[in-house]
Amino acid sequence: MSHNAILSIANISYTYGPKKALDRVSFSVKEGQCAILLGPNGAGKSTLFSLITHLYDAPSGTICIDGHDVRLKPLKALKALGVVFQQSTLDLDLTVRQNLLYHAALHGIKRREAEHRIEEELTRFGMLERADEKTRQLNGGHRRRVEIARALLHRPRLLLLDEPTVGLDVPSRKALVDHLHALCRDRQLAVLWATHLIDEIASEDHLIVLHQGQLKASGAVSDVLDETGHETIEAAFAQLTGRQERT
Amino acid sequence: MMMHALRALIGIMSRECLRFVHQRERFISALVRPLLWLFIFAAGFRSTLGVAIIPPYETYILYEVYITPGLLGMVQLFNGMQSSLSMVYDREMGSMKTLLVSPLPRSFLLTSKLLAGVLISVIQAIVFLLIAAAYGIEIPAIGFLTVLPALILSGLMLGALGLLLSSFIKQLENFAGVMNFVIFPMFFLSSALYPLWRIKESNPTLALIAGYNPFTAAVELIRFALYGQFNLEAALITLFSLLFFLGMAIWGYNPSKGMMSRRS
Repeated sequence: MSHNAILSIANISYTYGPKKALDRVSFSVKEGQCAILLGPNGAGKSTLFSLITHLYDAPSGTICIDGHDVRLKPLKALKALGVVFQQSTLDLDLTVRQNLLYHAALHGIKRREAEHRIEEELTRFGMLERADEKTRQLNGGHRRRVEIARALLHRPRLLLLDEPTVGLDVPSRKALVDHLHALCRDRQLAVLWATHLIDEIASEDHLIVLHQGQLKASGAVSDVLDETGHETIEAAFAQLTGRQERT
Repeated sequence: MMMHALRALIGIMSRECLRFVHQRERFISALVRPLLWLFIFAAGFRSTLGVAIIPPYETYILYEVYITPGLLGMVQLFNGMQSSLSMVYDREMGSMKTLLVSPLPRSFLLTSKLLAGVLISVIQAIVFLLIAAAYGIEIPAIGFLTVLPALILSGLMLGALGLLLSSFIKQLENFAGVMNFVIFPMFFLSSALYPLWRIKESNPTLALIAGYNPFTAAVELIRFALYGQFNLEAALITLFSLLFFLGMAIWGYNPSKGMMSRRS
């Protein structure tokens, strides 16, 4: 394990009855690295996320977050983890601030400190003036921003994002993608980002391709392209997953 | 760690209170249900159902007086099931995940969630009790105080049952079944509407089942507490049921052992 690997996954397998959802998957995400987890639907992305977040327990293999084994030291591991789930998990009847305060409380952040951090994060996301609006009144893109701000409130080392741009229009998507890349650079945050949208990948990203529960590639975008001998990620992805890429 | 846990507990409770304030319909319907039973059902049955002198009552009582503790239990039973419904909903919507990925022991998070639900259920029960008192149900002044611990214990037990159900119910649609297979049998097969000796007269088997129903214990605990008395047997049954339901619920939410892992 590299000393600055924030997320290390080694030999993880998981089955639902006879179906193998993950088959001996291993990879790591380093500090300041934006790792894109690419895979068609049913590739095992959601299962992998449930294992990393300890919603499920992996029967074999190990997952370490910031050096803490998720199964043996779940609390320490979860402390270093921020998550944005695919479905919005905001309480729509509560205001932005109330939602964030709830999260801060769950992480044991003092009230005053929490208020300060909320202000800081919302300012960064350009959402401060909407802090006292109910989240129901926000559009999809803004809700996503609040969720990412929330996931960063306890200053995690690893940020997990499960298809965060689903349901967003093109400008909101672009803004979010740019923002996340900036976060990675500026805060040295390790990001693991599941998506099936290839245009969200930047050339400096780390690419992880998952297909039918198996790891098909893991490396810098340029390395993956070299290995597969293709010029575009689309073509490389189509080859790795053994199918024609949809347009 | 202690401070962290305390802050989280306060956070979970205040979220529940905020949600409760925002859902006025839920509060009103939670009150209307037992009030309908009290104002209409009990009035209609007053003459049909005579209640002999049984402890804790020292004199003949009106049927309304008899069913008041049962209706307090009903408020809590519905509240427990409602919070389990909201947990199934939360899980489908994902906010349960936000709770479960917090860096605190899962058993603590679930217990906090339970306590938050009980806080709401006790508030509802007390409001109902005040309305019942205003309507003319005589309750000794001390009863308002002594009933509180009973309401907390019974609320915890029924909330834990809700928590347990929420860990085993896969989808929201299945919740209609809870109504038919949990709420109604628990309520009707208890001493809430009629004393156990009355059931025994017509069907000893049913009376036996009702005797083992934890809801009967909750109702009797509340009934005695309303008159400043302590029913040890009812308290013990309620307490053991609470521990059993909560233990099973925590098991059900365990990532490797319970239902979470079997759910895709």
